[in-house]
Amino acid sequence: MTAPGKIAAAFDPAGVRKDFPILAREVYGKPLVYLDNGASAQKPNAVLDAMNDFASREYANVHRGVHYLSAVATDRYEAARETVRRFLNAGSVDEIVFTKGGTESINLVSYAFLAPRIQPGDEIVLTVMEHHSNIVPWHFLRERQGAVLKWVDVRDDGSLDVEALDAAITSKTKLVAVTHMSNVLGTVTPLKEIIARAHTKGAPVLIDGCQGVVHEPVDVRALDVDFYAFTGHKLYGPTGIGVLYAKAANLKTMRPFNGGGEMIREVSREKITYADTPARFEAGTPPIIESVGLAAAIDYLGTLDRAAVAAHEHDLLKYTRERLRELNWVRVIGDAPGKGAIISVETEGMHAHDVATILDREGVATRAGHHCAQPLMERFGVASTTRASFALYNTRAEADALIDALQKARKILG
Amino acid sequence: MDDSLRELYQEVILDHSRHPRHFGSMDHPTHSGEGYNPLCGDRVKIYLSVDKDDRIADIKFEGKGCAISQASASLMTDMLTGRTVAEAQKLMGGFLHLVKGEDAGELPADDRERLDVMAGVSAFPMRVKCATLAWHTMKSALEGGTAAKTE
Repeated sequence: MTAPGKIAAAFDPAGVRKDFPILAREVYGKPLVYLDNGASAQKPNAVLDAMNDFASREYANVHRGVHYLSAVATDRYEAARETVRRFLNAGSVDEIVFTKGGTESINLVSYAFLAPRIQPGDEIVLTVMEHHSNIVPWHFLRERQGAVLKWVDVRDDGSLDVEALDAAITSKTKLVAVTHMSNVLGTVTPLKEIIARAHTKGAPVLIDGCQGVVHEPVDVRALDVDFYAFTGHKLYGPTGIGVLYAKAANLKTMRPFNGGGEMIREVSREKITYADTPARFEAGTPPIIESVGLAAAIDYLGTLDRAAVAAHEHDLLKYTRERLRELNWVRVIGDAPGKGAIISVETEGMHAHDVATILDREGVATRAGHHCAQPLMERFGVASTTRASFALYNTRAEADALIDALQKARKILG
Repeated sequence: MDDSLRELYQEVILDHSRHPRHFGSMDHPTHSGEGYNPLCGDRVKIYLSVDKDDRIADIKFEGKGCAISQASASLMTDMLTGRTVAEAQKLMGGFLHLVKGEDAGELPADDRERLDVMAGVSAFPMRVKCATLAWHTMKSALEGGTAAKTE
């Protein structure tokens, strides 16, 4: 763990690759060039070892047994919650709910917070660049309770028009749900401004941080955000765990979501009383080993100079963007100022799936398709794109491999 | 180049995808179907004119998709036009076996030979659905259904 005030080691992009064992492997006899980090990031030894060590020596169920291991495991689970609290600079560990992923975090807000507050005609404001996980839970409230979804467009460069967002928020707005960073465009949204404007009109804000939290520090108190959701596996941690940060005042008003063990205080034949938050929202055995892995991932990031990591990722974006200009048959979707290292392209006369198949055979892993963001695809008039999403361990040489592979695709298909 | 890639994107496939046969709509089809691949968002519409002798007199298709799905649809319309519905059903079954790398023994030798250009797909399991979209759609159109889906 990084003690507060400890000076982080300088960031060495080549050296850091050694921390991620999978990066040494080959696919189809070619070095793996993993550019699908927006879908899921690879795991460092620090995470793999922490999970293995914990499962090998300290594992038991949490909050249940009086036996030794249960106490140890409970301590580790709650220590992970504290690690997440510190990572987000939340005021209390009681504001950190462990979920099974970003999707469940957002659904929790939909079921437990918003649904009881929605009358027909009430509005939910969201942007066209949301991931389906930050769309479908709100569609449920439209279908079931007559909520109205108000969509805020992006500009042609993929940037968010904050004035348009502001204009969409009215006295009927019950929630503003916005991504921190678009998983297709890489657009980073001005969180502080969005939240301040929404609060002026009395609307709470949920931020989908699944991509954003990976690439820049988040301070939920400075942001004054009401809900911040993210997942572990894109943050170099394990699958099966996510986080919902919610202000204590909001959490206390939320109705329980899943019912079961852990989330109750007392159960009789006639009635139940609920556990305090956050346990109230963690029914059943939680992702215990995964919590240790997530904490290890956060600690791992803590050993790196995050500003240097961000500068490195920005350099990769700039470099790749420049090299793509050599290919006049490639159109980049999304060039918003200050965007993160995600590049989606449309390739003239070539379908994304054909392109991605050929890239794959060159060892270059990308994502082709609609990226679970169909409203955005519609906005830009494309059925699918090929997406390269970078992580801290990617290199300029890998960007070159991407360009070479694209040229090869053009040769075969063009 | 990777041999399996060369086989997948051989000239015949690229030609069909760039210049699809029977591309377009039909005013009064006897059967029609719409297929959708939720993985990639590709769509295909198939229109059929089946005559009183149960013979497929004409086929048209519309849609947007990858080279594999377009070529497969184009090749299918070429091969099924003029066949009876029963013959078409048999050919479709054989095709599905072929692209999955299974035994397609039910295909007559000349059909097997014409469909051979699609056999390379079996080396790309993630792309089999691209190849089968039009065929599943055709099957559901003939069976009177409306929507086919490959997932």
